[in-house]
This record gives sequence, structure tokens and C-alpha cells, in this order.
Amino acid sequence: MNLGGHVNYLLEFTYLVASILFVLGLKGMSRPESARKGMFLAEAGMAAAIIGTLFHEGIVTYEWIAAGLILGSVIGALMAIWVPMTAMPQRTALSHAFGALAAALVGIAEFSLHGQSMAAFTRGALGFEVMLGSLTTTGSLIAAGKLQGVVRGTPVQFRGQQLVNLLLFAAMVGCFLHLLAHPGAAVFFYSMVALGFVFGIMLVIPIGSADMPVVMSLLNSYAGLAAAATGFVLANNVLIIAGTLDGFSGFILSVLMCKAMNRSMRNVLFGGFGAVRHTAQTQGGEMREIRLDDAALQLAYANKVVFVPGYGLATAQAQHAVRELANLLEERGVTVKYAIHPVAGRMPGHMNVLLAEANVPYSELYEMDQINPEFPTTDVAVVIGANDVVNPDARDNPNSPIAGMPILEVDRAKSVIVLKRGQGRGFSGLENPLFYKPVSNMLYGDAKATLNSLTQAVQQV
Amino acid sequence: MSPLVLIASLYVFALAAFLGYQLISRVPPLLHTPLMSATNAISGISLIGSLVIAGMHKVNFHQLAAGGPQQKPSLATLLGFIAVTTATTNVVGGFGITDRMLKMFRKDTRSAKGEPK
Repeated sequence: MNLGGHVNYLLEFTYLVASILFVLGLKGMSRPESARKGMFLAEAGMAAAIIGTLFHEGIVTYEWIAAGLILGSVIGALMAIWVPMTAMPQRTALSHAFGALAAALVGIAEFSLHGQSMAAFTRGALGFEVMLGSLTTTGSLIAAGKLQGVVRGTPVQFRGQQLVNLLLFAAMVGCFLHLLAHPGAAVFFYSMVALGFVFGIMLVIPIGSADMPVVMSLLNSYAGLAAAATGFVLANNVLIIAGTLDGFSGFILSVLMCKAMNRSMRNVLFGGFGAVRHTAQTQGGEMREIRLDDAALQLAYANKVVFVPGYGLATAQAQHAVRELANLLEERGVTVKYAIHPVAGRMPGHMNVLLAEANVPYSELYEMDQINPEFPTTDVAVVIGANDVVNPDARDNPNSPIAGMPILEVDRAKSVIVLKRGQGRGFSGLENPLFYKPVSNMLYGDAKATLNSLTQAVQQV
Repeated sequence: MSPLVLIASLYVFALAAFLGYQLISRVPPLLHTPLMSATNAISGISLIGSLVIAGMHKVNFHQLAAGGPQQKPSLATLLGFIAVTTATTNVVGGFGITDRMLKMFRKDTRSAKGEPK
């Protein structure tokens, strides 16, 4: 940063070192064995950059800095210690909001300090920073609210919604363009900020909970790009680098999530998917319930069992219960594997973290492409609170709303046990023919309680 | 911002984007949740921008307490303070949670079973 007029070489060098450490840190993420070590490097880089900045010649008073650092550290540490793994999507959405808010506020402060004297390009970057920052703040708060259940999870839609959103967006961009030409137009600047906050809300309310993995990734991307824009405003390279890495990470994740649902970004954002749809044809046949003892027998005498977790596992906090049952089966010589669909859960990698928390070794966690060829040789596939990701309609019925979505082909297993809360259609409101197939057996009830009783029953076999 | 600085910044942005693409596509889906919280913590580096803004103006607390003339913290200082708080929350919380998650990932059953839980 070069606010003082001359270059502080020591500080710039510190920032360079921090940038390198961030890159090395993310490189460590390519393998679970090296990930922790990588993060230590990134933390060291962060510490160096922060401490170096505290000696910045532009800082003349430390009261507010100290207050903010202490308050933020306390909140952050409490979150890091107390947030349960099942609540990780909410926590992450909240942190996107915090990061974006920081970027937006820095932008507003910069404008209030020297908005008049800014070069046109800097004003442009400032506009991006503040727009992305403000819309990501409110958008992420809504997403966090939906995930926590404070805000209704189903899409909120009304007539003319797209038009309203388009007008909001146009007004925001209009303010931005006006600002580019007229540096002193404070009214337009603050209108742009306000429109950004409103637009963020409107952007996320029409999106259903089941699409959260995409939304989370996109908000991640926006928050990162807002930080990168801050870097352009302050002419600070480490900010540009860190923000861009974050932005691209989010972007890549959202593309991967879209692929895993066979849907375009546009469809996710504006399609209102997850609204109650009326699938006309009701499947022939009945859902067959299975007795707990029979299910336990099937499991106990199987050679290979594959567990397929979905969001229901998280809501029931059933990860430890699965692990207990799996342990027991493994002791009996059963091969146990876990099949993880990329969009199972509410954020990328959600299921992996939950199962890791329950001490499931990651060598037992299988990605979709690895496990699908194994289903025909699987004796029992146990579906726990998953629905769309095992819906055979995606493969067989070209008229299905989820046609073409890659699925876990559990219906090819010799037997399927579906743990489900009730006979309803689940979050997406879609009919699932899997439940009516002859191989499928239903076990109704809370996933955790059911798994615990299954464990007991297997013990008595 | 001088044109040279601008061009250099654009170079940095473009190269960081390519580097980011290469780095992130190598992260296995297994680690996508820790990845998201890690990149979030790293982009908390915007803290360094808010630090300078929060510390830029002298605030005289004695005059403030005595109801003296002016010397209230400026809008920028207040915004800077909030930004320092939220960015610090992300840095500390983000790295803390990432480490907590990564600690849980174990390769084989043996080491996993040895852990008390």
C-alpha cells in the first residue's frame, strides 16, 4: 500500500512473502496428508502481513484497531471451537457475509475519504468492490438464514420477480456508470450501495435449499472478487492475489456443482428449482416397509454394504450412529463403503466432513464415478436421508426435471434399504421411483434413532 | 493510480486467476468444504486494508468523554472498525475451523479407531 507517498520496501516484501505462502497453502490442499501443513504456511503468511501492516506509517492510532482485532478474534475463536460440523454450511455462508461486508465497508470508507480525488479506474474498481460486497453480504445472510431454518427454505417467488430483479440490477449499474463520469456524486454512490444490499436479498430468496451448494460456491466467488477489487482500489497486490484465488476457487466449485446436477448456472439462479412441482404420473406400486429385524439380518449377512448419505444425515446428526453400525458390520467381516455424491448435503464436500468427524477413514469414502460400477456387486445399499442424488428418473426418464443429472445407481444393488423420515417427497418435491422398485425396502423414522436400533438388532443376530 | 501500476495490477490479477485455476482443480472433492473455509480465511487478508482505515485518524477519548468540541470518530474510522472486526472474525474463525476439519480426516481404520471419541 502506498498511501504515504513513498514505498515501504520492508512491508511490500512482507506482502510478497505472504502471497507465496498463501499459494503454497492452497497447494497443500491437493492431498489430505499435506493439507494441514499447507494451512500452517498460509496462517504464517497471514500473521506476517497483519503484523507488518500494523507498522504502516498511515496508522496513527491503535484504539479502534485493537478493539476490532480483539472483538473479531473472540468471535472467530468461539465460532471455530463451538460450531458443530452439521452447521458448517451456515457458518460458511456467514463468513462469506462477513468477508463481503468488510470489503464493502472499506470501499465506503475509501469513498468518504477521497472519493472526489480518485482516478476513473480506481473509481471503477471501487464500484465493483462495493457492489459485489454489498450484494454478497445480504445474499449470504439470506443463505445462512435458509440453512439455519430462520428463513423459509423453499423458494420465495412472485409474479414479475425477474423484472423487478432486472430493474434493481439496472438501477445499480446505472448509479455505477453515473459515478464513473461524476466523481463527486455521493448520492449515486450511496444509492448504489443500498441497491446492492437489496439486490443481494432478491437474488437468493428465489433459490431453494437443495440448490445451496451452487449458491454457496457462487457467493464464495463474489466475496473473493470483492476482496480482489479492494486490492485494485488500494493498489495492493497481496489483496488482489488472495481475493482472486478465493474468487476462482468459488467459481470452479460452482461449475463443478452445476455439472453434478446437469444444470446451467442460469437455471440454478433464475429457475426457482425446488418450488413445489406437480409431477403428474404417480408411480405404480407401493412403498414396501421392512421390519427392523429383517433389515438387520440383511446387513449382518451381507458381504458388501454401501452407505449413501444425504442431507437427512446432517439434519438427524446421524453421522456417529452410521459409524457405529459400520464398525459393528466390519467386525463381522462385512466390507463397508460410503458413496458420496458431489451435491449431497448443502455445500461442496459437506458429507465428507461429517463422516470424517465420526472417524470414518477417508479411504472408505468413494466418489460417484468410483462407486457406481460397484453397486451390482453390493448386497445392501443403505440410503440415509438422500433423495434426488439416488433418483433413477434422472437416468431413465427424459421428461424428469432432473433428467441427465448423474446419480448414484443404488437401484443396481441387490437390495436397497431407504432410511426416510416419512412417506413424503422430500425437499425437492420430486417423486422418486427408487422407493417403489422391487429391490427397495423402506425404514421410516428419524435416521439417528433408526440406525441406533439397527445397531442393536445386528448385535443380537 | 498511475497507468503503470494499473497495468501491473492487471498482470497480477490475470496470473493469479490462472494459478488459482491450476491450484483449485487439483483439490479432491473430499476436501471441498475445508477448501472453501480456507480460501475464505485467506481472503480475510482484506483486513490489512481495514486496519489502515481504522487507524488513520487520531481519536481523543478524553475530549470525547468531556463532551469537548468535535473529535468524534469519523465515519471512515467507524466503518474501518467494523471491517477490522468482521475480517478478523473470518481470519481467526476460518483458519480455526479449517484446521479443526482437517484434523478429522484420517486415511485408515486403524488410526481412526485409535482416536478417542
